[in-house]
Amino acid sequence: MTATEKRLIELAAERFSADANLLTPGQDFFEALGIKSIQALDLLTDLEDEFDIEIPDYEMQGVNTFAALAALIDKRA
Amino acid sequence: MVEWMLQNGIWEVKMSAPPCNEIGLEMLSALESFVGEAEASDAHSVIIYSGLESGFSAGADLKSLYSEVSGGWDEAKRGQLSDFLSRIHSVFNRLDMLPQTVICSIHRVCFGGGFELALCGDIRVAEKTARFAFPELRLGIIPCFGGIPRLERDIGNAMVRDLLLTGRSIRATKAAEIGLVTHVVPRGEGLAAARAVANQTGKFDPEARRSCKQFLKLLPTERLEEEKRVALRLFQSDVVINALKKFVESDDVRPYLP
Repeated sequence: MTATEKRLIELAAERFSADANLLTPGQDFFEALGIKSIQALDLLTDLEDEFDIEIPDYEMQGVNTFAALAALIDKRA
Repeated sequence: MVEWMLQNGIWEVKMSAPPCNEIGLEMLSALESFVGEAEASDAHSVIIYSGLESGFSAGADLKSLYSEVSGGWDEAKRGQLSDFLSRIHSVFNRLDMLPQTVICSIHRVCFGGGFELALCGDIRVAEKTARFAFPELRLGIIPCFGGIPRLERDIGNAMVRDLLLTGRSIRATKAAEIGLVTHVVPRGEGLAAARAVANQTGKFDPEARRSCKQFLKLLPTERLEEEKRVALRLFQSDVVINALKKFVESDDVRPYLP
């Protein structure tokens, strides 16, 4: 697990009261966290704040897994 | 769904129409009633906020719009849409020009028509959770509640083009960087911060405060009329009906992501 994936999973678990130990990079984060679009926007805000980056939400199209989201963060960092 | 009360010179307007304060005929009528009362009052401030956890407002009531136009456009429907937009423009213009200082407290979703409502305010307070977007181009239209001229009035045109032409959403801190909001506060603190702003503005001489607002904040009348004309022309396309159908019938967990 990369450092970004680890931090992303920690943040997501904290935001949505999930157990970080049960989350893995390959999981679909919508399914794993049981969230919908509006909560995904909250997560996006948390990530932008945490990593001090901007992620245009159109770049999240087709991004489903924690790993893919972490890669997107790394690309913008 | 929309309640307002006057206390210590401050009107507090609370929107609570689930799922996320969609703006349709009911919301429009409520805003018209409120603005009439506010215009006739000697209050110093107005605070507009949402009582819903989901956010400030997700914009126009697209479900109602789709149910009206799903069978296709005809002269009567075009007339109804034109009347609706005229009423929205009228009440938003009156809200924009109220003698009071209008403060919008915004959290989470502030999209489309909801963003346009927030742009009528004089001072915008955003909780860190707030996100702002104009996703209208996804539907084959442009913002049509006066949002573009008001956005142009408040921020630089490069950012206006970015927001409109990509439909992307931006967070509160970015909104502050570009001058769209002037207070960013922690989650759950928006209303308290808005009340502090209202109490501060209320200390000033009423005539000086009103004159200052009148001098600073002009209504971009011609651009508002032009926006309405362009929107009405775009609305008549089948592209809009198909896009509305997709939006309304979608069970995708991520419809807010453009």
